[in-house]
Amino acid sequence: MAGTKTEKVRSLRFSHTAIGRFLTNKRSNRSVKGSLMLLICLLVFAIISLFPVVFMVSNAFKPINELFIYPPRLFVIQPTTDNFSDLFTILEDSLVPFMRYLFNTLFIVLMGCVGHIMLASMAAFPLSKFRFPGSAFMSKIIVYSLMFASSVTAVPTYMIMSKLNLVDTYWAVIFPAFSLPLGLFLMKNFMEQVPTALIDAASIDGSSYFGMLWRIIMPAVKPAWITLFIVCFQSLWGNSAGNFIYTESRKPLAAMLQNLSGSGVARTGVVAASALFMFIVPLAAFIISQSNVMETMATSGIKE
Amino acid sequence: MAETGAGVRGMTKWQYTRHTIKKSRQLYMMVTPFMLFFTVFTVLPVGMSIYLSFMDYNVLQPPKFIWFKNYVDLILDDAIFLTAVKNTFILALFIGPFGYVFSFLMAWLINELPRVLRTILTVIFYAPSISGNAYVVFTQLFSGDPYGFINSRLLNWGLISEPILWLKDSNYMMAVVILVSLWMSLGVGFLSFIAGLQGVEKAQYEAAEVDGIKNRWQELWYVTLPNMKPQLLFGAVMSITNSLAVADITVALNGFPSTNYATHTIINHLNDYGIIRLEMGYACSIAVILFFIMLGLNVLIQKWIGKVGT
Repeated sequence: MAGTKTEKVRSLRFSHTAIGRFLTNKRSNRSVKGSLMLLICLLVFAIISLFPVVFMVSNAFKPINELFIYPPRLFVIQPTTDNFSDLFTILEDSLVPFMRYLFNTLFIVLMGCVGHIMLASMAAFPLSKFRFPGSAFMSKIIVYSLMFASSVTAVPTYMIMSKLNLVDTYWAVIFPAFSLPLGLFLMKNFMEQVPTALIDAASIDGSSYFGMLWRIIMPAVKPAWITLFIVCFQSLWGNSAGNFIYTESRKPLAAMLQNLSGSGVARTGVVAASALFMFIVPLAAFIISQSNVMETMATSGIKE
Repeated sequence: MAETGAGVRGMTKWQYTRHTIKKSRQLYMMVTPFMLFFTVFTVLPVGMSIYLSFMDYNVLQPPKFIWFKNYVDLILDDAIFLTAVKNTFILALFIGPFGYVFSFLMAWLINELPRVLRTILTVIFYAPSISGNAYVVFTQLFSGDPYGFINSRLLNWGLISEPILWLKDSNYMMAVVILVSLWMSLGVGFLSFIAGLQGVEKAQYEAAEVDGIKNRWQELWYVTLPNMKPQLLFGAVMSITNSLAVADITVALNGFPSTNYATHTIINHLNDYGIIRLEMGYACSIAVILFFIMLGLNVLIQKWIGKVGT
């Protein structure tokens, strides 16, 4: 049975393509029918997952009359970039221009990510490759801290920020990102699979621990620090800093988006444009780096 | 594991420990900056929460020690808190297990696809959870007026005679929040599953085939799952933590407070007291309860998943 079906698909002469090879997989416990079903099933889920995204993208390009058409359409008929130019002009006239919000967000994201990668790599190296009093405890407490969300401790965190005079500065958002436990966890796991022989060779050469980290480990864990950048980027990009930053000119983009969406139907197009912008940037960052992220995730497991 | 400081004969355990600490001075220096930030912004807040949860503290007056009064009030006198607990558990019950199994299922289904197709599907499924605020689009899809996308379709098809207030009617609010959360549930755990599945050696599948494994399901249970235990544990932690911390979605979709507190979660309640009413002590007792629910559930599930394949 399966054999004849395989022949049929073969005769369609697409078995040289990747999909064809997948469908005509030679392993005995795979049937063409099953593989086709799987593809159809995945297609359905992909459409469900994409649907809201498509709606968001097409809304951003809809002219004003299409935004308020009845019934609302999923796809845009006459795409326009008016909403994006409105986004810039509206905010040019306002107290704080769009570029200022963008700068705030970029500053927070870049400082946070760079600091996080540096601190996490520096801490991950000793924890992954050496044993010293306290190292096991530190590794353990990092895993435990993955088990609760940071929003649980929002109240005392605010009190600490105000004691340190950090409220209403960028640093109230940046500093907590320095010690994201997920980043250290991923980095430490990835470093563990770097061959210890490399380190032993360096220690014979008389290299210091810092030297080993910068010259041997860091080049070997490039996928991991790219992943840390993505993890940190995603957590900071959408952060509206609502509790910490009050001065309008210091607020990030996400706060601006929140204000806009509260400002009524007249701004529907502009809101759609800014929502798309907020969505597309981290998505692009992930797509560019996805092979590195997947490589890091291969070592992401929690070992018992 | 490289050992620092080889053991020196004739030392007591304490002397040996001191010896290694001295020898590892540079290692401590490398760990310190991260651990300093971690202590100030993660460990200290947990400690402060526990401490303040026994206090009556409203920022203006100095904290006053009141034993367990906050906890007693929460459980006996605060009906909204109990609603929040109920909502949080309903949400977690759907988003946690369903999101987790769904993440794994999707990762497993795309695992054998050709590389390019797998990458495209990975991006499509992961995209909703990438940007923290993509869910805002659902306010338009589920808008309560006849111009809302879903309402207009249902009205046109004659399935309903008047628009449904998806985000304001307490009969539908919870279902919509669950739907949106599930849409976003393929996150970091999903990526971990995909990478873990790719890491299972082909030879093991071939050997299993020789041993008489008949179909995908048997292969999954006897070969794939036992090989992926570390990723399964990691995914579980991510899933449990996220499913209990739902808060921003309910505010964006249903507003704050939501109608009849139908989607009021524990974090919503915590923010209400901690940020709006400034009853810090009371807010901290909410935080402590949620903290121990999260930690307890995680530890429990870890033990349970640890038994897979034994």
